[in-house]
Amino acid sequence: MALLFYEASTRTRCSFELAAKSLGASTTLVSTTASSIEKGESLVDTGATLAAMGAECIVIRHPSSGAPHLLARHLTIPIVNAGDGMHEHPSQALLDCFTILQHRRSLQGLRLLLVGDIFHSRVARSNALLLTRLGAQVTFCGPPALLPDVAQTIAPGVSITRDFDSALPTADGIMMLRVQKERLAGLQLSVDDYIRDYQLTSQRMALAPEDALVMHPGPMVRGMELTSEVADCARSLVLEQVRNGVAVRRAILLRALGGRA
Amino acid sequence: MTRKHDVTGTHPLLISGGTLITGTGEMRRGDLLIEGGNIAAIDDVGRIPERGQTVLEARGLLVSPGFIDLHVHLREPGQSHKETIATGTAAAAAGGFSTVCAMPNTTPVNDSPEITAWMQKPQRRAMVKVRPIAAATIGSSGERLTDFSALVKAGAVAVTDDGRPILGASIMREALMASGALGIPVIQHAEDTRMSQGCTMHEGPTSFRLGLRGVKAEAEASIVARDIELAKETKAHLHVAHLSTAAALEQVRQGRKSGAYVTCEVTPHHLLLTDEEVGDYDTNCKMNPPLRAESDRQAMWEGLHDGTIDCIATDHAPHAAHEKDQEFDRAPFGVTGLETALPIALMVAGGDPQLAVRWLSSNPASVMGWKDVGALRVGVAADIVIFDPAEEWTFTASESKSKSKNSPFIGKGFRGRVQYTIVDGRVVWSL
Repeated sequence: MALLFYEASTRTRCSFELAAKSLGASTTLVSTTASSIEKGESLVDTGATLAAMGAECIVIRHPSSGAPHLLARHLTIPIVNAGDGMHEHPSQALLDCFTILQHRRSLQGLRLLLVGDIFHSRVARSNALLLTRLGAQVTFCGPPALLPDVAQTIAPGVSITRDFDSALPTADGIMMLRVQKERLAGLQLSVDDYIRDYQLTSQRMALAPEDALVMHPGPMVRGMELTSEVADCARSLVLEQVRNGVAVRRAILLRALGGRA
Repeated sequence: MTRKHDVTGTHPLLISGGTLITGTGEMRRGDLLIEGGNIAAIDDVGRIPERGQTVLEARGLLVSPGFIDLHVHLREPGQSHKETIATGTAAAAAGGFSTVCAMPNTTPVNDSPEITAWMQKPQRRAMVKVRPIAAATIGSSGERLTDFSALVKAGAVAVTDDGRPILGASIMREALMASGALGIPVIQHAEDTRMSQGCTMHEGPTSFRLGLRGVKAEAEASIVARDIELAKETKAHLHVAHLSTAAALEQVRQGRKSGAYVTCEVTPHHLLLTDEEVGDYDTNCKMNPPLRAESDRQAMWEGLHDGTIDCIATDHAPHAAHEKDQEFDRAPFGVTGLETALPIALMVAGGDPQLAVRWLSSNPASVMGWKDVGALRVGVAADIVIFDPAEEWTFTASESKSKSKNSPFIGKGFRGRVQYTIVDGRVVWSL
């Protein structure tokens, strides 16, 4: 199994690797530096090379939206999307869903709040598509520059709000997304304003139902989208999500390889 | 009538029994005689005396002035792995075009009389007439004007920095003043590139879902609005390339009402496709301007029918397979279009072939102020297309004459097909 990583990754890469090894597969990591990708080899050629060496599956992380689709059009082996640009991060959505289901009977009618940089987030897109398909209502929350109005067209059952505080009392789960300071600067948003309006703090937590789930796909920027206090609080499922990541990715690989693994 | 000497070496040719669309508002059955590369006679069927001409049977077919494409990328000099003047004009001939205007974004950029002349040399083996459009600024870098008058002398018919829009208002004003004095248009690819950095498609639900950065429609309309003001002030001719948004169309409509000398074109793909066609990252639906929303697409139809949009131009932009076969954001912008323009024009024309011919031939001729093309008239060069408006066919990569196959219409079925293309009396394409 080849792990083809054009972007840095801790959780996703390690958990796919651990998942593969636990199923008895051998893995090869190919990353942009220290490979012929640096010499300008195309994605299609890189994929074909890995397949020719016997890779039975390629797990790909790539900064370009749609890169796994390109690979899948050219290769006959399964391509697993480990995150592509701003597009999707399906294995993350599956593990988020799995984590929620460990705490709730069903997703039907559940109200989930996704907060932060929705525009740039592949996690937000994949979760919105998956969770609404399973009956949840997804509300995106963030300032216009990080959450354009068009976001609500991604799936039926998705709505948007700018007002975090008034969305909290009805939230069954709160999924915080990473917000990069450099990105705010580029969009001429003030960090202070962002923190004031959208940071998940203990005070804000008090507005949510007592059993509301707190989630984050990582990597967290403590002090930005959420406080350390919240990140480490009893209701935070952050590490549970990571733990479930290995199991869910094992299931994905089994499914992709049709039981051959 | 004395028989003219056959200067082009072609045998006299009688196009017999077809329906002539003259491009001057007339459509009737008739015969057309070509001698010496020119149209020698037009008359009722059977009225032109038999004098041993080759007869081209055109019964059931439409005979019209050859099509004129104001916007093609022939990629020579410098990018001959994508297309050459020979292959690009072969595709033009197959599409019924007898004249194509070649954009200057070659390598190097066509900003000199030398390159302009080089493109028109017989050694390029052009199948149809090539009219170079030269760069408006040196290297198309938007800073200093090229020598318009030397370029025109060398054969350039317009100036543009297509693909690298002229953003600076003062350099655009200078370009309009200089071109106005020479009676040629400045062609602008209207895109405020400050608003479209990193954008690969139209901004809308599809771009959001695909996680691709989308360019706003305003990036086009704002430049069109600015340019129209400058065109009014300088009284020069502004031609807006590949108009794609309802907002920019409205700017042109208002600009015309207020007296600006502004013309514009639309591409076949903007008439037929929307941003949703990008689907799962189909790079053959990646072009600039991008495929727009359905409302924009409908506006393009209205614009053509109400005359705000003068003509159809293909923006034929060939790219090699390996260049398009990349991540969506890395693949180059552009699609081929010469060979599929006619059936799309016929579709938009709603079955009125005269309208299609107006958009593909007479109107582009009048945009450029060309009197000797765009109409069937005795005495002018015999640039003629003969087509069957009802033939159903499928456009395939293997049959495409372009060196590149990056078309969103590969495998698509069409109605209406070019049978013969004639340039200066010579049959350069026959099905």
